[in-house]
Amino acid sequence: MTVLEQPGTYAPAPPPSWRPRADAAPLLPDAEPYRVLGARSDARTGAKTKAPRAGSTRTGAARTGSARGGATRREAETSGRAAEQGAAAPDAALLHRLYAAVVHGRRFNEQATALTRQGRLAVYPSSRGQEACQVAAALALAEHDWLFPSYRDTLAAVARGLDPMEVLSLLRGDWHHGYDTQRTRVAPLCTPLATQLPHAVGLAHAARLKGDEVAALALVGDGGTSEGDFHEALNFAAVWQAPVVFLVQNNGFAISVPLAKQTAAPSLAHKAVGYGVPGRLVDGNDAVAVHEVLTEALERARAGGGPTLVEAVTYRLEAHTNADDATRYRADAEVEAWRAHDPVTLLERELRQRGLWDEEAVRQVEEAAEQQAAALRSRMNQDPALDPLELFAHVYAEPTPQLREQAGLLRAELAAEATAGQTNEDEAGRTNAHEAGRTNAHEAGQANENVDGQTSEAAHRKSAVGGSASGGAGGRTGEETR
Amino acid sequence: MSTAVRQPPKAGGTGRRKPATLGQALGRALRDAMADDPDVHVLGEDVGTLGGVFRVTDGLAAEFGPQRCADTPLAEAGILGTAVGMAMYGLRPVVEMQFDAFAFPGFEQLVSHVSRMRNRTRGRMPMPLTVRIPYGGGIGGVEHHSDSSEAYYMATPGLHVVTPATVADAYGLLRAAIASDDPVVFLEPKRLYWSKAEWSPEEPEQVPGIGRAAVRRRGTSATLITYGPSVPLCLEAAEAAREEGAEGWDLEVIDLRSLVPFDEETVVASVRRTGRAVVVHESPGFAGPGGEIAARVTERCFHYLEAPVLRVAGFDIPYPPPMLERHHLPGVDRVLDAVARLQWESGWTRQQGDAGRGGGAG
Repeated sequence: MTVLEQPGTYAPAPPPSWRPRADAAPLLPDAEPYRVLGARSDARTGAKTKAPRAGSTRTGAARTGSARGGATRREAETSGRAAEQGAAAPDAALLHRLYAAVVHGRRFNEQATALTRQGRLAVYPSSRGQEACQVAAALALAEHDWLFPSYRDTLAAVARGLDPMEVLSLLRGDWHHGYDTQRTRVAPLCTPLATQLPHAVGLAHAARLKGDEVAALALVGDGGTSEGDFHEALNFAAVWQAPVVFLVQNNGFAISVPLAKQTAAPSLAHKAVGYGVPGRLVDGNDAVAVHEVLTEALERARAGGGPTLVEAVTYRLEAHTNADDATRYRADAEVEAWRAHDPVTLLERELRQRGLWDEEAVRQVEEAAEQQAAALRSRMNQDPALDPLELFAHVYAEPTPQLREQAGLLRAELAAEATAGQTNEDEAGRTNAHEAGRTNAHEAGQANENVDGQTSEAAHRKSAVGGSASGGAGGRTGEETR
Repeated sequence: MSTAVRQPPKAGGTGRRKPATLGQALGRALRDAMADDPDVHVLGEDVGTLGGVFRVTDGLAAEFGPQRCADTPLAEAGILGTAVGMAMYGLRPVVEMQFDAFAFPGFEQLVSHVSRMRNRTRGRMPMPLTVRIPYGGGIGGVEHHSDSSEAYYMATPGLHVVTPATVADAYGLLRAAIASDDPVVFLEPKRLYWSKAEWSPEEPEQVPGIGRAAVRRRGTSATLITYGPSVPLCLEAAEAAREEGAEGWDLEVIDLRSLVPFDEETVVASVRRTGRAVVVHESPGFAGPGGEIAARVTERCFHYLEAPVLRVAGFDIPYPPPMLERHHLPGVDRVLDAVARLQWESGWTRQQGDAGRGGGAG
């Protein structure tokens, strides 16, 4: 008898780790993007109005192919599920709410893009075409939930009720971030791709450790799923069973690179399976479907059911940003196909079919959206109050001696600029003023070597004036442009 | 920034000093911080059941449970990234990176988020986060186990960079780092983990806070400016220097303790007194910490200097394999050679007053 044959000894043969630790099949319930809008009428008529495919024939084909075997059955199940759950639904009030939010969102996107052309925003990555995802994400959140947006998700933050001016601070460039994150429970717009996903996991995990019923919703794009942080976030979330939901807005392109060059996965929802997380696939232009899937996932997360990955198939109708030229990498026909599957149109069609279309109500929604855009326009056309000395105020809790010294130098330069400006006005003697300014800055810089980096009220006011004098794009009055 | 960490004597504590290692003092600091503040969480690879590969977190999981001292998946960006989220929710995470070079996957989180969150949010979202990183060589580690990575962190505004060289500092600086509302990269000199001193865990002595350097040895001939693993080396060199030179050199040794914030005041005061300085560290010399320190000393002490500020640093090479590392690491001889090159024969500054040299007038 060998040691291994003795009863009670560790003799796993085969070792237990070869068995799957979870049944993978239930983690992927959707063979097709889940839809609500139009799904019931399609089911009745037998018509299939699938969302068009973006960028990738390969992934699209793979997805269709994988579903082909049981396509009929699964499609019937999916449609049946929509019909079953949505027999009375979607609730009329929710439809109206989502419609209003999507119309507002569309107008916001248009306005922000226009402001970029006018030089009022440094850049605007538009979510035009993705409004259903943006507003559904915002509206699915409960009060104490947290949102972790990327730079393309300004609309989600606005739809959550944040001040658009504060949300656009990053893209305007007057600071890196404009709203109170703790109060709004919206994390800063994140520019490095997917790096905010682990933050969402950590925050959700911390909330759970503290016994709070809080979920986090993190937004990422198809390109972001290739980043290591996406993988690590999913893995940590799964291992810790953190109450977090990941919404992948698959808009077909990472700037110019189509999904087929981004991944060989059958779908982005499939990626969830590798982590032992449910992966949902949803029509990202169907605001009702996205709202429903996210609401379910967030409820499950809050109840301790762990994370969910949601792939929303959508399309970026605009270029990546104003600096991008989308005609270099995609055909007009593709864009047109997606315009026919527009989130606003889908909601409008549903409302009309259901006899819920109310011209007066629609007019009011459009008017409110217009007013919101006009208000944003006029506020954006006012130059921001900038305080250059604030650059030193928030690097550390207390500025280091070196930062205090540098703040002193900048303060002296600002004072010299102000003096030079004064001299300019008095004598129109630009060169002399410049010379004088330089001397003053040099002397004051030395004198101010140990000045505290925290700025005084007076300095705040003074430099705010200086900022508006130099920072404006010049002479534009707001109302005539849009 | 420079708050001294006060430790109330524990009831029934004897306060008796006994030999303790630097690693044990670090562990005690973590334990006391966790006991004092339920928001302090420790997370990292193997920090739970195993107690960390250097056993610094030994006993924490047993005392505070696996949630407070958590073994994470093996992913440094994920560890640091989730710690950011935990800090956003009000926790005070202490992250352990297993080795210097294994901290690099977390670099983006550190540079793009940890260091900037306070600034980005105009002070509304501070990052009270401590990243413990064992660093430096001299322990015979194979590749990727001996890097000196401090220059990267020093070059990142928004981070504090702290490194203890004594048992008392290991405790006091780590408590200060955890208590700080700013993110602190806490560099632990690996080869000093087992260095011992008489120390009382019940009544740890008070030490100056983050941002303050300490003069470890008073001297008049020249100042050795150093930190972390090179502090004992410089003290040894200073002892040896008494025998060297014509009359023997009396070297002052400054332990920076905190690379960011940099205690210019203490350093400048010393160099203005001695008139000569050598910066000593293991990290490669080119674009290393010594360059910044030498520049600052030169700017502030130019008219007091008898000689250029010299640097004794690691070579500008990837960290060598263990059988060759002794050639790379600064040793006593290399430090003394630098001291010998401090133009002892010139003495021109002193003559300036007497003979009217310099100033371009003569």
